[in-house]
Formats: sequence, structure tokens, C-alpha cells
Amino acid sequence: MSETAPKTTAAGAAQESTVRDPATRLGAGPGRLLVTLYGVFTVAAASRSIYQLIAQYDRAPLAYLLSAGSALVYGFITFSLVRGGEGARRAAIVCCALELLGVVGIGTWTLVDPAAFADSTVWSYYGMDYLFIPVALPITGLMWLRRARTATA
Amino acid sequence: MIDALTIAVGVTACALAAWCGFAAYRNEPTKDWHFIGMAVVSLLCVVQLIVAIVQLTGGHTPDKGTALFLAYLLGAVACVPATGFMSLSERTRWGSATVAAGSVVLAVLEVRLFDIWGGGSV
Repeated sequence: MSETAPKTTAAGAAQESTVRDPATRLGAGPGRLLVTLYGVFTVAAASRSIYQLIAQYDRAPLAYLLSAGSALVYGFITFSLVRGGEGARRAAIVCCALELLGVVGIGTWTLVDPAAFADSTVWSYYGMDYLFIPVALPITGLMWLRRARTATA
Repeated sequence: MIDALTIAVGVTACALAAWCGFAAYRNEPTKDWHFIGMAVVSLLCVVQLIVAIVQLTGGHTPDKGTALFLAYLLGAVACVPATGFMSLSERTRWGSATVAAGSVVLAVLEVRLFDIWGGGSV
């Protein structure tokens, strides 16, 4: 099995991580899990909205455009977390706050006025279609980004 | 799509998620045995991909569209290997947690695949 081969490189990576510079720390440790989840949601929201915008735009333009918007936010946060550094951290904080506002706003909107949405978005009903991860993600994201600052300071 | 295969991928994905989640809980990085587990799940996904493509070329049309089905199918194949590589460069408990998250995503994708294909009917 080829599984034994990467072990040496893995051990090397472990040693590197202890001397890792602060600029790359955003995507390490718990940040790695966040990067993965944000990456998954970027792909999910982007492919979903692109498909729906092309194949069935007329059915629910508002819902699909909102999904596309959320895909952009997810993509930007993923990029910021991977890139690291203070600037990226601040940009990610703004985007996570925007994401939280979006989830809470659209979630409430779908509850108050379901008629406005002919089809659901990624953030409908606080992300119920996605196991409520969309509402949990920005909160964990903001907590991690706050802690990352105190760690580097 | 063979229902038994879809269920097999879903169940092994859940088992892998629990196993790697346990490793994360015990503050351990992914080890060789975990990678063998990931290889088994990934292999099942590749078999599923081949079977599905053969059946698609054989004339079956998924209930909710071929494009949607193929997108989910490719996502399912990529899930575990992608998070596996992530855990190679993150040799902490968080690498294990990442693989666990990827496996949960795979299990969810299998449920959706079953649904898009037209659950139950072959």
C-alpha cells in the first residue's frame, strides 16, 4: 500500500508547523477544519447557483442570485484563511460578519415572507438544507479569527 | 446506481468519520491505518463512479438531471482524498477532524445521490 510512503513527509511537516510564521497560521490547527468547511461550502454554493442560474434562471431569480452572493462570500473567506496575515484576517472578519448577517437576514426573510422565494437558497431557513452549518460556520469563524489575533499579538 | 453500493459507501463513510473523529477526540493525528481506511472508502467511490457512468451511457437518466447527478458524483469521489491530503500537512488532531468532516460530507452526498438518481428504482 502506498500509505506508508507519505509518512516521512508527514513527519517533516509536523516539525515545520512548530516554527511556522504567524502569516500562515490562519489556516493551521483548527483553522484547517474551517478552511475545509468553507471550501466545501464554496464549491457547493457556487456549483449550485451557477447550475440554477444557467438552467432555470426564470424560476426564482432572487433565490439564485442570493445563492451566488453567498458563494462569493464563502470563496473570499476560504481564500483569506489560506492566504493568512493580518490584512486577510481583518478582511475575513468583515466577511464572516457579512455571512452571519446574510444567514440571519435571509433566514428570517424566508420565515416571514416565504412567497418571495420560489426556490430555496443556501441560506433559507438559517441553512436548514445544509444541517444548519451555514449559521454555525460564521460564529466559529469569528471566534477563531479573534483568537488568531491574540495568538499572533 | 446499485443501491447496495450507495449504502456501502454511506456506511463506510460514517464509520471513517467516527474513527477519525475519535482520533481527533484523543488528540491524535491521522495514522497509516486511517489512510488505509480512507483508501478503502475512496476506492468504493471510484467503483461507484465507474458503475454510474456505465449505467448513464447505458441510457438511464437520473430523475433530477444528469448534470446535477454528475456534479454530486464527482464531489463524492473528491471528498475523502482531498481531506486526506489536508490531514497530511496538518499533523495534529485538527487533521483528523478535517477527515471526519470530509467523511460526513461524503455520507450526505450519498443520500443526495440516491435521491437524484431516483431512489430505489434501478
